[in-house]
Amino acid sequence: MSSGSISTPKPTQTAEDRFAVATQWQLTWWRFRKHKLAVASGIIVIAFYVIVVLADFLAYADPHATDSKRSHIPPQDIHFFDNGVFKPYVYGLTQKRDLRTFKLSYQPSLDRKVYLAFYTEGYSYNFLGLFPSNKHLVGLVDARPEDGIFILGTDLVGRDLWSRIMVATRISLTIGLAGVTVSLFLGILLGGMSAVYGGIVDTVIQRVIEILRSMPTIPLWMGLAAALPNSWSVIQVYFAITIIISFLGWTDLARVVRGKFLALRSEDFVTAAELAGASQYRIIFTHMLPSFLSHIIAATSLALPAMIISETSLSFLGLGLRPPAISWGILLQDAQNIETLALAPWLLTAAVPVILVILAFNFLGDGLRDAADPYG
Amino acid sequence: MLAYIARRAVLAILTMAAISVFAFIIIQLPPGDFVDAYIANLSASGSSVSMEEAKSLRALYGLDQPIYVQYMKWMSRVLVGDFGESMEWHRPVAEVIGDRLWLTIVLSLSALLLTWGIALPIGIYSAVRQYSALDYLFTSISFIGLAVPNFLLALVIMYFSFVLFGANVGGLFSSEFDLAPWSVAKVWDLVKHLPLPAVILALAGTAQLIRIMRANLLDELRKPYVVTARAKGMPEARVIWKYPVRAALNPFASTIAYLFPYLVSGSIIISLVLSLPTVGPLLLKALIAQDMFLAGTIVLLLGVMTVIGTFISDLVLMWVDPRIRFQMD
Amino acid sequence: MTLLEVKGLKKYFPIRKGLLRKVVGHVKAVDDVSFSVKRGETLALVGESGCGKTTVSRCIMRALDPSAGEVNFTLDGRTTDLATLDGKGLKPFRRHLQMVFQDPFSSLNPRMMVGDLIGEPLLINGMSDAAERRKRVRELLDVVQLPVEYMNRFPHAFSGGQRQRIGIARALALNPSLIVADEPVSALDVSVQAQIINLLLDLQDQLGLTYLFVAHDLSVVKHVSDRVAVMYVGQLVEIASTEDLFHRPKHPYTEALLSAVPKPDPRAKTERIILQREVADAANPPSGCAFHPRCAHATDLCKQQRPALVDLGQGHQVRCHHAHELDLKGVGSLA
Ligand SMILES: Nc1ncnc2c1ncn2[C@@H]1O[C@H](COP(=O)(O)OP(=O)(O)OP(=O)(O)O)[C@@H](O)[C@H]1O
Ligand code: SF4
Ligand SMILES: [Mg+2]
Repeated sequence: MSSGSISTPKPTQTAEDRFAVATQWQLTWWRFRKHKLAVASGIIVIAFYVIVVLADFLAYADPHATDSKRSHIPPQDIHFFDNGVFKPYVYGLTQKRDLRTFKLSYQPSLDRKVYLAFYTEGYSYNFLGLFPSNKHLVGLVDARPEDGIFILGTDLVGRDLWSRIMVATRISLTIGLAGVTVSLFLGILLGGMSAVYGGIVDTVIQRVIEILRSMPTIPLWMGLAAALPNSWSVIQVYFAITIIISFLGWTDLARVVRGKFLALRSEDFVTAAELAGASQYRIIFTHMLPSFLSHIIAATSLALPAMIISETSLSFLGLGLRPPAISWGILLQDAQNIETLALAPWLLTAAVPVILVILAFNFLGDGLRDAADPYG
Repeated sequence: MLAYIARRAVLAILTMAAISVFAFIIIQLPPGDFVDAYIANLSASGSSVSMEEAKSLRALYGLDQPIYVQYMKWMSRVLVGDFGESMEWHRPVAEVIGDRLWLTIVLSLSALLLTWGIALPIGIYSAVRQYSALDYLFTSISFIGLAVPNFLLALVIMYFSFVLFGANVGGLFSSEFDLAPWSVAKVWDLVKHLPLPAVILALAGTAQLIRIMRANLLDELRKPYVVTARAKGMPEARVIWKYPVRAALNPFASTIAYLFPYLVSGSIIISLVLSLPTVGPLLLKALIAQDMFLAGTIVLLLGVMTVIGTFISDLVLMWVDPRIRFQMD
Repeated sequence: MTLLEVKGLKKYFPIRKGLLRKVVGHVKAVDDVSFSVKRGETLALVGESGCGKTTVSRCIMRALDPSAGEVNFTLDGRTTDLATLDGKGLKPFRRHLQMVFQDPFSSLNPRMMVGDLIGEPLLINGMSDAAERRKRVRELLDVVQLPVEYMNRFPHAFSGGQRQRIGIARALALNPSLIVADEPVSALDVSVQAQIINLLLDLQDQLGLTYLFVAHDLSVVKHVSDRVAVMYVGQLVEIASTEDLFHRPKHPYTEALLSAVPKPDPRAKTERIILQREVADAANPPSGCAFHPRCAHATDLCKQQRPALVDLGQGHQVRCHHAHELDLKGVGSLA
């Protein structure tokens, strides 16, 4: 803050001194650090967003490429040591057709080791739309066309699940982020207006929030999402879904914003600044915003899981994003019926990142909230 | 008291009005009007409609009039129970929906009761015996409830019961009762099938309520008056039940208004996974087939049921503890 | 010479109800309060929690807008009614009136260093040179007897008493003539209270300050105040010199408050008067004398007619129908 600081931090020695000159952000960070579960969750969240950026690099097979000869291949073991040396390999697969059921099944052919290579070339992609690349974290060396890595197995049409999960993570997490951004915008705008203007504006906004909150959201989302024209592109649908889920999702954030704003407004230190003759600008930006920010960050982190669940649910129902887009919900859609699940239970692994990321955001948000506001 | 009820009632009516607008928008949203869809539907099945017929159909449904007139017309028909005709089923919408709406409500209500029935005792236990083994167990379970969207939970439970017992746990009735008319035996069959979907549905809400209840009660138990009561040698059970539990319940009351809508929402999606004969699968089918009168009506009726349900649970709550209305005012 | 004159001050908070937030009544937090403070003196404003002391203070400071009344402030021989000024018009006056808050934990922005906190009023009021500000902050820290090294620390590093000193330094930064101290010691440990009070007294001597000193019981004010005003449910019920008020209280409410003051002589046998029932509700004050439901001397007249504030001579004013007849107990001697 450019509050015209006249104090210059001195070199510090004792822990007590360090505490005395620590800023609120530092104190918050220290409190947060003690919350081990929250820190671990923070790391997990960061890891997920690394996947968002590096999805194509971490995938090793084209997530869209179908291959009828690779239908429902179960997850495959990766062997890390070859004769005691670190040299990861997988076994090649042989296909067998069951003569009674005509189903294909796959067995590792133990005589044929196929070695893995790191940072190799594979299918081509456009890195974040910036430049073309074909680099991937892993690939096979000297592989025959029918060989492949199948860490998590394949789906009915032979697409590799691991690679699809990587790419789905990008969509599901950014749509959550986009949804929360829109909600945050609406929440700050409407919650802020509610708090600043009060009176009739406040009343109307509060009633609208109450009304929106007492509606069953999923049927409404379904109705709105189903109305998106089939001709829309993936990008259009993506934005439309973002808007649909934030349309009902902003209410919680607006309540947090309003409550916090009013609480801060009546804080003595804000009155004190007013009495010292501070301008509205200074009061809002120097005195209110910094305290506000930490709470908003925590609330956002707690709001994200709901956004992610919404998108996943809608896509799972076939009303959200549509193939060829890949999201967690779309992957889970493949695991919708019991017959498929009985045949290919590994399709359920797409649930793991969903659960992990929701838990992580919840713990992170709890930790942030406690750290930002140790007194309640 | 009366003022409070009136306020709630006005709000409920406003909410229903808002929902009716949404439902109308949903009916209106798809490109073309319903007559276009009707014509396409008929021509797909071989017969055709002349221009005149189309025109008279449009006039009949008022489709040639401004949108708000159409809304008013639709509303006036809805209010007398005429929801239009389902295009896919060629039958009145009300008939297509049939029992499904009631089953949705039954399922959501059971989940509501379960949520309260499970969450409160566990929340109290967890707060009173903070950091005990059971507290940890409940806390972990509630985190699972929090993190696993209920359709996923349904999916996982389906899978495991299939693998372990070879049984399909879906449905609300055994096959012999599916189409049978209502009878005592059929109701009993329903009662036997209800617990599993109700528990799945209730878990997420329960998880949330346990967390809130535990936190509220812990805050309350730390307050000086509780410490004083203990110091005076008041029996522990009385110390806890006399005020703290009630005080902890209070901030909690406002969450109830949002629990029921949440459960109704959830019932839609788990019904799809568990193939329950509620309005969920019907709604999805209607939306995909663009059978908009059916879809819009389902959204409308669900919304209205939710609002009424919430209103009633509000009243019940107020009857149980009149102080709550001050909290919410 | 009068520095501050409050005349007919009212502050009503609307009570809103219903869907349309209609105003259905008012909390009469301050209902027709008048008093004046002379330059260099200390007026104590005393009353139970919720009687409107903070509201009076904030109306004077114009942190709240009064519903009615005048707040006349005399500066360099010219008197201005602060109640009529808008934000811009107030700005030149702000520096002359400063406030010390009750809660030393919430009145200091936790995100600012002590140096910046004390320097903020200076910065806002045009002292933009950092070195100059730093010099002044050093002086101020010295005045409130805090080590200069504390400049770089954040409020969380300090105890309640130290924070209150920081708050006082901040209030002094602009050389105000009036300081409104809203229960400046009631959030502090008893041992620290005396230190802060002594500091305030020293500062008054050194800097010729005028205080409006708010407190909820009389024991604190007897050491600091020249005059005492007692408030009950939004109104003044008695105002007199400290000496007079302690020795010869004329209002039963004042008597009750006095009976709670610890006696210098523990053998002195005055019974503490325990007030029955709750303090009256400012949204719905009792008929007649607002104190009558709790008053041991109440008569039918008290229930029906609201007593006026009458002057008994020597500036001793009281609002009681029976002020002349009652023989009320004061405190034997002022220690
Ligand atoms: N912003 C407000 N809106 C409505 N009512 C208010 C507001 N501020 C104060 N009141 C009411 O006005 C009355 C006087 O409050 P005030 O804070 O001035 O009392 P006080 O004498 O300072 O009490 P305390 O000793 O608790 O500080 C109380 O009944 C209070 O509830
Ligand atoms: S007027 Fe009557 S009720 Fe009020 S203080 Fe005097 S004696 Fe008591
Ligand atoms: Mg006060």
